[in-house]
Amino acid sequence: MPVSASSEGAGTKKKLSGLSIIKEIKASGIEFVISVPDITTSEGLLRPLAAETEPRLIRICKEDEGVGICAGLAHSKKRALLLIQQTGMLDSINALRGVAVEYSLPICLMVGLLEKEPDLRPRESKRYGVRIVEPILDAMGIAYHEIEDDSDLPKIRPAIDEAYKNSKPVVLLIGRRPS
Amino acid sequence: MMNHKDCFKALARHVEDTDIVLPVYSSAFEWLDLQPRKLNYTAHGAMGLASSHGLGLALGRPDKRVIVLDGDGSLLMNLGTLVTTAAVAPKNFFHFVCENGTYEANGGHPTPNRGNVAFASLAKAAGYKNVYEFSDIKNFEQQIGAVLSETGPVFVHLKIERCGPQERDYNRLHGVEARQNFKDALDAS
Repeated sequence: MPVSASSEGAGTKKKLSGLSIIKEIKASGIEFVISVPDITTSEGLLRPLAAETEPRLIRICKEDEGVGICAGLAHSKKRALLLIQQTGMLDSINALRGVAVEYSLPICLMVGLLEKEPDLRPRESKRYGVRIVEPILDAMGIAYHEIEDDSDLPKIRPAIDEAYKNSKPVVLLIGRRPS
Repeated sequence: MMNHKDCFKALARHVEDTDIVLPVYSSAFEWLDLQPRKLNYTAHGAMGLASSHGLGLALGRPDKRVIVLDGDGSLLMNLGTLVTTAAVAPKNFFHFVCENGTYEANGGHPTPNRGNVAFASLAKAAGYKNVYEFSDIKNFEQQIGAVLSETGPVFVHLKIERCGPQERDYNRLHGVEARQNFKDALDAS
C-alpha cells in the first residue's frame, strides 16, 4: 500500500534535515518516541531527540516491545512514534500483525533503511534486506511513505494524523541519513 | 506452590475498580472467571507483550494502577521488558509472573530450564528495586495488600500449580467486543 513514493527524481543534490523531521514529529502531537537505535537515524534524528525533554524518549531493548508500548499509549489517547531500523521492524512482524493490523491500532513507525542507497527507491535497492520491506508492508496491508529528502517532509504530519484518525498503522521509511 | 485460583482470589480482594489488569493466557481465563471487570485488558496481540502494553498504559495513565498478570513462558519471550521497565520506573506499574513451568495454552510442554529460573532475581538484576517471591498462599494473602501499596515498579514472582484443563475461548480475550469494552471503559474512567 504505497501511499506515497519519494517526490523527486534521482540525480539532484538532495538532503534530509533531522531537525525538520523533529519539527514535523512535534507538530504531529507525538508525546513519546520509543526507540532502539538505528544507524541511519542515529546522529541526525535520535541524538537530537534525546537531547530534548519533549517528546519523551523511551529506550527499549527490542522493537516488538515498542509495538506493545505504543498500543498502551494509544489506548490512553497519547500519540507515540516507534523509531527503529527495518531489521527491527522485520523482527516485529508478528507484533505488528496482531496489535497494529488485526486490532486496528494507530501504531506509527519511523524506520531507518539500513544500507539503502540514497536516490534509489527502496524496492530498487541492490540490498535484499531493503528491497523486501515495501512488498512485505504491501502484503500486510500497512500504509507507508518514503521520506527521502526535505521535499518529503510535508508527508509526515498528515500520515500520523491519518493513522490516528482511522486507527491504522503507518510506516515512514527514512531513505537516507538525516543531517 | 500455590493454587492459581486461590492466589487470584487473594489478589482480587485488593484490586480496585479503577485498576487496569492485564492477564495473559491461562491466567486470563482464571481471572476473567473470577473478576469479569471492565478494566481487564486481555488483547495483547502477540505472546510476551502484555507487560509492554502495560508499560504504555502506565505511562499514558499515571492516575491508574496497572497490574500485569504474566506467565513464565510469556515473560521468557520478552525478558528485555524487565530492563526497559526498570529504566522507565513507572510508579503505578505492578508486574506479576505466574510460574508454572509450562506452556499451558500450547499443549502443556515445559518451559526451558523449568524450575531453575529465578524470575525475581532476574527482575532485581534488571534494576527493579521492589521484588517479591511467593510460594505459600498464607504468606501471599497476608502480604499482597502491602505489596500493592508499594511504589512501583514492583515485580512479584508467584509459584503456582498448573491450572489443568480450561475452556479457552480466545474470543473472550481479544475479540472485537472485548477490545471495544475495554476501550470504552478506559475512555470513561
